[in-house]
Amino acid sequence: MLRDTIHRGLRPVRPWMVYTLGVLPALLLVIDVFTGNLGVDPVKTIEHRVGEVALQLIVAGLCITPLRRFAGLNLIRFRRQIGVLAFVYATLHLLVWITLDLQFRWSEIGADLVKRPYIIVGFAAFLMLLPLAVTSNNAAIRRMGAAAWQRLHWLTYPAAALAGLHFILLVKAWPAEPLIYMGAILALLGLRLIPRAAPRRMPA
Amino acid sequence: ATGPYSTDEAPNSLEDITSYNNFYEFGFDKTDPAAHAGKLTTSPWAVEVDGLVDRPGSYDLVDLLKGLPVEERIYRFRCVEAWSMVIPWNGVQLSHVLDRVGVQPGAKFVQFTSLARPEEMPGVKAGLLDWPYREGLRMDEAMHPLTLLATGIYGEPMPNQNGAPIRLVVPWKYGFKSAKSLVKITLTDRMPYTTWNALQPKEYGFYANVNPEVDHPRWSQASERRIGAGLFASRVDTQKFNGYGDLVADLYKEQDLARDY
Repeated sequence: MLRDTIHRGLRPVRPWMVYTLGVLPALLLVIDVFTGNLGVDPVKTIEHRVGEVALQLIVAGLCITPLRRFAGLNLIRFRRQIGVLAFVYATLHLLVWITLDLQFRWSEIGADLVKRPYIIVGFAAFLMLLPLAVTSNNAAIRRMGAAAWQRLHWLTYPAAALAGLHFILLVKAWPAEPLIYMGAILALLGLRLIPRAAPRRMPA
Repeated sequence: ATGPYSTDEAPNSLEDITSYNNFYEFGFDKTDPAAHAGKLTTSPWAVEVDGLVDRPGSYDLVDLLKGLPVEERIYRFRCVEAWSMVIPWNGVQLSHVLDRVGVQPGAKFVQFTSLARPEEMPGVKAGLLDWPYREGLRMDEAMHPLTLLATGIYGEPMPNQNGAPIRLVVPWKYGFKSAKSLVKITLTDRMPYTTWNALQPKEYGFYANVNPEVDHPRWSQASERRIGAGLFASRVDTQKFNGYGDLVADLYKEQDLARDY
């Protein structure tokens, strides 16, 4: 079976290796900076590309549980690394916005943070990812207890939905791409609402 | 600079100007027009002039412009998305063309209609907006000497992705007002349908004057990224009327620009 082939193939892959893979989009970007491959609006290109990688990693992270439940494919040991990378790229996205795009114009940054729905929504998503990144280690799970840790990490769901909304809110008209991301996020969240087993009948 | 209407600022390179375009007839991405506009047939080209004019009709582009002075105008160009360029246009003043066709006294507005040719325009085929693209100006805006019908850039014929063979340029307004690849000019007595205003009226007003004091509902218009300025020096303050206030502010002295955005 394909599933077993994948499981077998992934057996030598250690979770930390996901980080090596996760560096690639940033590395490609750095190469493009030095080869002048970012087009005539390099700031927007960098900002959008790191934002999009964050979004893709969020979607990838949301796939782990449904894949295990509905396809029997267990990738759970890579989930932490995917989540941490999503946070790293979201942070880069925010930093590029502050430094290269808004160029430390703090009054404009401040105004955006309170007035612009797409900024508010994006920043809220970032703030939700922050405690998740900080607690993405075994020590935090032990300290908090598994149940509390799990509850905290449900923040992933609103963070993902807000990240998708952030993309939709910043475009003109209705291009397909942000709608596809949002559709994927909502579908992956929706899968979690499917009851695990047929509800047992209560005795009369 | 060439003449009283041009800026002294250094123009963007032809590469900047021709590789970063919003021309949704060819797709939503900035690179789509450069990728797909090569297919566009721009000759022959007719422009229909109708409505409240003395000499309506379908004019061959050459005839419509024959004998009118073609000027170089180096204008700032500010997109509603908060980026900007400096572009050396070549073109004729719209007022000269309107004088030629004879504007009737009842005309209060001008509507401009862009080409919508699905077989050459993938974005039209895909139905990305309510085609054809339409824009409009009030008569005093249309007759203003800054308002240009541009037919070239850097002394060369208009590149397809920039709105060949003839497009509007209204430098004190957001770029979407400057409709591309014009096929029709209509003189009318009422404010015409304009594409973005019809799509999202709270976000895109009819006037669309560049104004750092009036934000787009979803983003600030206080500053802009100057395309081509590189990674670290690109953001500049946005000027009211895109810096053309001396020439155009009088047109709006009776108006509240926060309401008439």
